[in-house]
Amino acid sequence: MYKITYKREMAENTVCHFKVDAPRIARKAKPGQFVVLKANETGERIPLTMGGTDPSDGTIDLIFQVVGKSTALLRTLNVGDAIQDIIGPLGKPTHVENLGTVVCVGGGTGVAVMYPITKAYKEAGNHVIAIIGARTKDLLILEDEMKAASHDLRVTTDDGSYGHHGFVTDVLKKILDDQKEVKLIVGIGPVPMMKFLCKLTKGYGVKTMVSLNPIMVDATGMCGACRVTVGGKTMFCCVDGPEFDGHEVDYDELVKRQRAYLTEEKASMDRFKEIGR
Amino acid sequence: MAEKEKKEKPKIPRQKMPEQEPRVRAKNFNEVPFGYTPELAQLEASRCIQCKKPKCIEGCPVEIDIPAFIKLILDGDFVGSARKLKERNSLPAICGRVCPQEDQCEKVCIVGKKEEPVAVGRLERFAADWEREKGEVFIPEKAPATGKRVAVVGSGPAGLTVAGDLILKGHEVIIFEALHKTGGVLIYGIPEFRLPKDIVQAEVNYLEQLGVKVECNCVIGRIETVDELLKEYDAIFLGLGAGLPQFLNVPGENFCGIYSANEYLTRSNLMKAYLFPQYDTPIARGRNVAVFGAGNVAMDSARTALRLGADTVRIIYRRSRDEMPARIEEIHHAEEEGVQFYLLTAPIKFLGDDNGWVTGVECLRMELGEPDESGRRRPVPIKGSEFQLECDMAVVAIGAGPNPLLPTTTPGLELNKRGYIVGDLETGKTSKTGVWAGGDIVTGSATVILAMGAGRKAANSIHDYLMSK
Repeated sequence: MYKITYKREMAENTVCHFKVDAPRIARKAKPGQFVVLKANETGERIPLTMGGTDPSDGTIDLIFQVVGKSTALLRTLNVGDAIQDIIGPLGKPTHVENLGTVVCVGGGTGVAVMYPITKAYKEAGNHVIAIIGARTKDLLILEDEMKAASHDLRVTTDDGSYGHHGFVTDVLKKILDDQKEVKLIVGIGPVPMMKFLCKLTKGYGVKTMVSLNPIMVDATGMCGACRVTVGGKTMFCCVDGPEFDGHEVDYDELVKRQRAYLTEEKASMDRFKEIGR
Repeated sequence: MAEKEKKEKPKIPRQKMPEQEPRVRAKNFNEVPFGYTPELAQLEASRCIQCKKPKCIEGCPVEIDIPAFIKLILDGDFVGSARKLKERNSLPAICGRVCPQEDQCEKVCIVGKKEEPVAVGRLERFAADWEREKGEVFIPEKAPATGKRVAVVGSGPAGLTVAGDLILKGHEVIIFEALHKTGGVLIYGIPEFRLPKDIVQAEVNYLEQLGVKVECNCVIGRIETVDELLKEYDAIFLGLGAGLPQFLNVPGENFCGIYSANEYLTRSNLMKAYLFPQYDTPIARGRNVAVFGAGNVAMDSARTALRLGADTVRIIYRRSRDEMPARIEEIHHAEEEGVQFYLLTAPIKFLGDDNGWVTGVECLRMELGEPDESGRRRPVPIKGSEFQLECDMAVVAIGAGPNPLLPTTTPGLELNKRGYIVGDLETGKTSKTGVWAGGDIVTGSATVILAMGAGRKAANSIHDYLMSK
């Protein structure tokens, strides 16, 4: 059992931040890695990327958006409650080195995934430009943290309620037009964002890494639920990823595979709303 | 006189286990056979002629004293029989169900030369079930504590056997399991209707009563490496299983609704998706299902699909009936329940709709050519024989390979060219000092009992090593 020691609602209660007591994972986890959790006996195994870790107090940060039954149920838990199973750290850590200028782009809840990676690139000596975006101001998360983790933070909202009015790709395009020395772009967010971001950066010939979040079951390479096509080859996101060369990913297939259980997810959510578990 | 009488005795036919009607059981997940009643068990036990030089013991990978445990059933000492079994086999309730007895003890049974062999597996199951159900499970005395600590990685049949053997010899034992439940393939792979999960849980509980510690959710290679474990433990046993699904590598294989058997069975068995929405994990309920492969895992997948409401389930296999690797009993059960067999048929590509969901598979007819390196006749495509089969779900059950997660994070651990750990077949020793391995991660996909046999040998070798250290 993994005890929740801290809880904060973010982004108009659509995103939730937990600190969870998991000392061994906290000690081992590196930026880019994720955990799988199963809230209770009847729960499903869902992958969640860690928004950070604190090895000294033995906690890990889980930041998740309520998108279905499992995350809705998770959000009903409070400080003192426990999550039944957390497995991790899983996946390959982000390959961090000093490259020069790196742009870290986070969209929606992807900002939470982006945060420890951004921090790591800065600590490795890079000049880090960060771009974070959300649909609207109230849905924006981790602005202060991202500001501290980067040298230069740009903010966008789709509706113009805060920061640049438009998409993260607009701001990125401007940076790429102005600066020739960007060595790497890391993009994490909804699949359409990553798809369009990579379309843009391919034109500039700048290497772009993305972190994918397909459906997973065991997340140790045993089942193949998370298979993604990268460079025409089938990869298992859980062990070969979660980060891949963004210019090689088949995003259309990824979106279709993410939607494989829409009917069941809706049935599960309806049932949850009705009986509360 | 007694000798003569025994030789003439078998006139009683081999006793069948009562089982659920095929049409009924194809719609539920309850175990198929009900098991022997005491009367049936004793009747079957009376067919054993108590050979002076029994062949069956040699036929058993863990050398159970088969005539002795059968004699105890005949005498009505069912608990004594279970204990006799446990002298050699710590998981008799499981082996009685899933061992391929027809290729082992029963194959060499002397009675079987003239008539059907004694039903050793069914009797084993009976005695073990009796002991467990009557609450008579006996906790043996442990040897005095040695102060040595052993880490077992993986809680499948090999790991459970090693843990059970070493705890009795006085060592401290901890099992690390990557999943959230113990049992390995017994939990995630073999369906409830063939091996009820309560039985697996009872075996793990028994080990815990003996003092074995179990830690789930520990992916060794990630949360701790083998080298880190070696600093804390005197010996390590790797019973990782064959945890890497093989795919067909044909176009369209990533359409939704196409599962590896590992995923399909893990969803249904481990995650209990067959109880969705009481359990949260979803599973596709295909009406028209294609299963590729013809081993036990393919049969388990096909029969699971039927139970999840499929109207049509087809086993598609590129060789012929004679080459099907599944146990005859499993093929028979699948056929009885209505699974269809498309033999000498190979998939060449999947078809899908705009949502990316599978709608069918294009296949080729095959014929058998010359024998290949496996000794089986090689399937050869018949030119121009392409045809399409509709399906709204598919399961790829063509085998599993070694999961590279632990091996690739363990320097100094020798692997063969297919990625399996090189382990001595007599001792389980690997190239790395203090590290043993056994079961599917050494041999490739095999049986529960062979994994247990490997575990037994490794446990003996580890014990010798610890006591001379």
